[in-house]
Amino acid sequence: MTGPVDFQLTDDQRALRAGTRELLAGRFDRDRLRASVDDPALDRALWRELGAAGFFALRLPEEAGGVGLGLPEAALVFEEAGRALLPGPLVACQVLAGVVDGVATGEKIVGLCDGAGEPWLWEHPAACDELIVADGGAQGRTGGAFRSAPDRVVCAPMASVDPLTPLARLTDLPRGEPLPLDVPRLRREAALLTAAQQLGSAARTVEMAVGHAREREQFGVPVGSFQAVKHLCAQMLVRAEIARSAVYAAAVTESVLDVTGAKLLADEAAVRNARDCLQVHGGMGFTWEADVHLHLKRAWLRAECWGVASEAEELLAAALVD
Amino acid sequence: MDLTYTEEEEDFRARLREWLAKVLPGLPPKPAATDWPGRRAYDAAWQRMLYDAGYAGLHWPRDAGGQGATPTQHLIFLEETERAGAPYVGASFVGLLHAGPTIAAEGTAEQRARWLPPILRGDEIWCQGFSEPDAGSDLAALRTRAVRDGDTYVVSGAKIWTSHAEVADWCELLVRTDPAAPKHRGISWLAMPMDAPGVTVRPLRTLAGSTEFAEVFLDEVRVPVGNRVGAENDGWRVTMVTLSFERGTAFVGEVVACRRVLGALARTARANGRWDDAVLRRRLGRLSAEFAALWRLTQWNVSEAQGSGGVPGAGGSVFKLRYSHARQELYDAAAEVLGAGALDADHAWVADRLSSLSYTIAAGTSQIQQNIVAERILGLPKGR
Ligand SMILES: Cc1cc2nc3c(=O)[nH]c(=O)nc-3n(C[C@H](O)[C@H](O)[C@H](O)COP(=O)(O)OP(=O)(O)OC[C@H]3O[C@@H](n4cnc5c(N)ncnc54)[C@H](O)[C@@H]3O)c2cc1C
Repeated sequence: MTGPVDFQLTDDQRALRAGTRELLAGRFDRDRLRASVDDPALDRALWRELGAAGFFALRLPEEAGGVGLGLPEAALVFEEAGRALLPGPLVACQVLAGVVDGVATGEKIVGLCDGAGEPWLWEHPAACDELIVADGGAQGRTGGAFRSAPDRVVCAPMASVDPLTPLARLTDLPRGEPLPLDVPRLRREAALLTAAQQLGSAARTVEMAVGHAREREQFGVPVGSFQAVKHLCAQMLVRAEIARSAVYAAAVTESVLDVTGAKLLADEAAVRNARDCLQVHGGMGFTWEADVHLHLKRAWLRAECWGVASEAEELLAAALVD
Repeated sequence: MDLTYTEEEEDFRARLREWLAKVLPGLPPKPAATDWPGRRAYDAAWQRMLYDAGYAGLHWPRDAGGQGATPTQHLIFLEETERAGAPYVGASFVGLLHAGPTIAAEGTAEQRARWLPPILRGDEIWCQGFSEPDAGSDLAALRTRAVRDGDTYVVSGAKIWTSHAEVADWCELLVRTDPAAPKHRGISWLAMPMDAPGVTVRPLRTLAGSTEFAEVFLDEVRVPVGNRVGAENDGWRVTMVTLSFERGTAFVGEVVACRRVLGALARTARANGRWDDAVLRRRLGRLSAEFAALWRLTQWNVSEAQGSGGVPGAGGSVFKLRYSHARQELYDAAAEVLGAGALDADHAWVADRLSSLSYTIAAGTSQIQQNIVAERILGLPKGR
């Protein structure tokens, strides 16, 4: 027997979200964020703490040392990670926690490369103890997964646009040890968790824009009292809330179409909100010193991962005539 | 987060489906858009059928003559009636969605007994006399005067954009009862009979060609003081209750309809070759994500209202902003699918394209909605 359709968060879900926010505020505050900009090498101690807090083991069954929660809870946690701009192959470690030993606890770090379309990118190559490649197959919907030791992977360095996410480009798809993984499902989960991070970033940039608009004065009044600024902020909130509805619902249904739509809308919300946030900040928004560009660049990067807009739109369009 | 329905809710859905399948085939043909008496009769007859089957005022409280259904059941009702192609609420809109709920929330027992049952049965049609020539977005600037004369108000002024005024029996009227008070404080809410001496209705043609709304001139119209709902000069607060209903759930059925239209658009495009255009395909794909998300946002808002005692919150403004825009995009996409066929004013999608143009204006313009979101939700300072 279930309750009435209740799309609101449960008390446990709220507590999980608040707890995650608190953990990240304590362990990855703004000073740490800016320090990572200068040196993006991953903080292993922080990674183990995330592991200890259940960040990666969240969805593993309790018998397997996990927390036994589901995708909706993982989405909430990832929304917080996106808010805080927490760097690292978070999605890879979350979806592969039960596959590669040591990942669930944060002892090991695993990378995940989407082999569906070139360029084949690898996030944080220097930090990864292993690399899993999800093979493309036709349209990337089928295909297998292979595991490789990092020193077996041939890749070229690439100057990442996102200062917090070092990237390498694979020059060849290594087909190491095959893994019995449900790749379509893996992709779906990766897309959803990426969308959840986009949502967190989109919501955060609304707060940043609103905060600045209330403080910064011109013509003797806060710039937030000008309608042109207000309306930018209002549309930012609308984008974030539309994305939230889509992401939360997709986390519950796990359907391909819902996840695809959620990723599409969350990508749009994160990228466009970061742009508008930049605009509201004026010249300050264009500086390296302000955090706005970090949100924008990460949003660009995530928008390229696990389903880009053109693919998503085509997939959703095809479903209309099925 | 739980998106599954209870057994009771699924039961409700099944019974409703069965009933719709039984009664819809027997409905008379839809009257022409210009045939107002016919439209009124059609909409009222449908309301009567709902009433007889126990579906009228589903979400109204029981002591107001409603069924006391949960917001989720109401959502199911709107979803299923739309899916089955049942008639739209039409001329019953103001009675069921504004005036009725306001009377239910703010009226005396006597007022509820007088006005609510005829709304539920489809016997009496209401219109909304809020906007005036000089009071649109700035509704509180309204100037229609009501001067007390014993136990009646003598009302003079002019209303505009009054939808369904041509066929309405009653008007929920905002009047100024204290011209000396600050503008939000001197307003009262009256139920005015449309056949009272001194009421003149002059229909206005919309850009779609039909007369959806009208000017209403009031020349010393006598309205009993007993027709005032809420305290004298408290009409602004009473009105805000109404408006939150309007922005909350008024468009739920339409979102379902839009998703249906989107599917039809895609199939038409495939049949006429325009489907080969990737730009169009992608546009439709994006709209599909939009409407799916709008539906989820509705569920979110409804379950939030369920938790907070039923009055829809400011989330309605977020919804309306995105929905009104998406609806216009949908029908612009329809025009692209139709090509030159979009110049045929008799095509249903073309008529809907024209009417979609009002969505960013009626019930609070998009600019006003953005002000509301920025000031009431985001807490930005009031200003210019
Ligand atoms: C199809 C339809 C049906 C309607 N039905 C009814 C009805 O039944 N009953 C009823 O009472 N009313 C009805 N209305 C009226 C509707 O509520 C008003 O049209 C609406 O509130 C806008 O007022 P206005 O037309 O005077 O425009 P104005 O207020 O004059 O606005 C003109 C422009 O200025 C902008 N603007 C105004 N103020 C601000 C501000 N503070 N900040 C930024 N921009 C601003 C507006 O957004 C708009 O773009 C209906 C309207 C339509 C289109």
